[in-house]
Amino acid sequence: MTIDTEIPARPARGGRLAGRTGHAEAAQSRIAWLFVGPYTLFLLAFGLLPLIYTIYLAFTKRGAFAGISNFLKVFKDYRFLPAVEHVGLYLAVWLVSLVVLVVLLAVIVHAIGVRWLSTTVRFVFYIPGAVAGASSVMLWLFVLDPTVSPVAFILHGLGLNSFVEAVQADRLPVVLAVIAFWTGAGGWIVVMYGALNNISREVIEAARIDGAGPIRIAWSIQIPLLRKWISYMVILSFAGGTQLFVEPRVLAQASRGVVSQDYSLNQLAFLYAFKQSDFNGSAAISLMLLIVALVLSVAFVFRGGLFERN
Amino acid sequence: MSGTDHGRRNRDAAPPSPGSWLGRVLATLVLTAFALFFIVPLAWLLLAPTKTDRELLLDPPFSIGTLSTLVDNWTSLLAFQRGLLWVWLANSAFYCLAALAITLAISIPAGYALALIEFRGRKTLLAVTLVVMLIPSTALVLPIFLELSAVRLIGNPLAAILPFSFFPFGVYLTYIYFSTAISRDLLDAARIDGANEFQVFLKVAMPLATPVIALVGFFSFTSNWNNYFLPYVTLPGRKSPIQVGLAELLSNVPAFNPTNAASTTISLSALALATLIAVAPVLIVFMFAQRFLVTGMTAGGTKG
Repeated sequence: MTIDTEIPARPARGGRLAGRTGHAEAAQSRIAWLFVGPYTLFLLAFGLLPLIYTIYLAFTKRGAFAGISNFLKVFKDYRFLPAVEHVGLYLAVWLVSLVVLVVLLAVIVHAIGVRWLSTTVRFVFYIPGAVAGASSVMLWLFVLDPTVSPVAFILHGLGLNSFVEAVQADRLPVVLAVIAFWTGAGGWIVVMYGALNNISREVIEAARIDGAGPIRIAWSIQIPLLRKWISYMVILSFAGGTQLFVEPRVLAQASRGVVSQDYSLNQLAFLYAFKQSDFNGSAAISLMLLIVALVLSVAFVFRGGLFERN
Repeated sequence: MSGTDHGRRNRDAAPPSPGSWLGRVLATLVLTAFALFFIVPLAWLLLAPTKTDRELLLDPPFSIGTLSTLVDNWTSLLAFQRGLLWVWLANSAFYCLAALAITLAISIPAGYALALIEFRGRKTLLAVTLVVMLIPSTALVLPIFLELSAVRLIGNPLAAILPFSFFPFGVYLTYIYFSTAISRDLLDAARIDGANEFQVFLKVAMPLATPVIALVGFFSFTSNWNNYFLPYVTLPGRKSPIQVGLAELLSNVPAFNPTNAASTTISLSALALATLIAVAPVLIVFMFAQRFLVTGMTAGGTKG
């Protein structure tokens, strides 16, 4: 498998149609659209159409144009600002710890000289990635409950003597960040490890001869060369983090109301649609979240330098 | 990516100074702490279903229970609402496998054409695919729900299968794969021999496509199996897949919901067993797929 060992770059494409007639080109185009047609239909149905329909719902009320009134209603909702604040706090805690720890761990793992050990450590780091969605929260319900937790001594040491105490509102950003880190960080560590392997040994060797220690090498050579991957990780994680839903949702179900039903923005959008039957308000919140994701994504595709386009 | 691994082994051969010795100890400590952080919850989950609730509360967390307790927990899960757990699991399998089949059927030809056929609209389609691929799938859940409820598909299995089948990442992986794995000259040679575009695709490209089919299949299956938000809003009740069902079970655990007066209750250790069963398929796939994971997460990136 060639793609296992190499991140492919786009091959040059210039002039391969030179000499063909316009007729042949048009025929080829038609055939190509038979290949991409079914996928394009799905792209329209589950990418573009939901977006357009959400825009329509967000700016209308009972089918009539409503200007920005749906947005104003959402902004005035007493639950809106707290939800923004919760998501913001969670993102801050999670992204900072993600960047610092993933880079630190990748650099350390990369420095392991023993091959089987390095492989094993990476395996241990990434395997929790299999436990995502509701099941990871389910597992963490046990871990956070001091009565059954395998790390009860740590929880008691932190002064948390019941599950309800462990998920108090002011601790929640940290708790959610820990869960997200547990499932997601390993994959990124493995990716950073791969990127570190791509740094030429000569550069590192030269720095070592010049007297640079491992910390200096990491700081001045390895981390700057990882920058693209770090920003890729931050952008994807930021966009994903704003969508926070399943974790607070399941915690709310388990914590007897300690974690509120409207903790995150997506939960609020969910309540608008399902409890208040207000699809327009729900669409307004969804649209704002979608735009954040869309802007980040477009900026990254065209500016990030990670995707070579032609 | 593993290519440069070989030469690194001996680079620390020089005897360590006291400073670097301290560094090594620190690094080892950090590494051990995090290895424990990642593995302890999983190890606990593997052992918990073999214990009774009483043993969960009183015994050391990593003690091993008995096989008969495991069987008891299994039986009590089976009994829950006359086998509802199996309905959920079967739903998950049905939705994920149906979506997998559709995803492969539409993504492989699309990625192939994007990589190897020049056509009008190619660049636009590629750029849109990239942008949509980077948008978290959760961002589209409520919009898709609103759309599906407008066409009255909520509660229909298609409400999970169709959105699950839209997998731009799979198209992108296929595109990357065919861009590098097959030379255009080979395709042109086949064309000159009189093969039409479909024969070229079936006879030349498809026999080489096994690795990318496995790769797309891995990502499609694991992400759909673990998806909670979308089926939670589009497929309520008995139509739910296991992830949604698992959260549903939670309401029947008295330890978490003492006010619940449901006639059938679930013990903590049975809930742990249900969690383990829910993650088992993906866990097994993951055991053998580290390479897939790395390839997928780095696909499309040029070298850092």
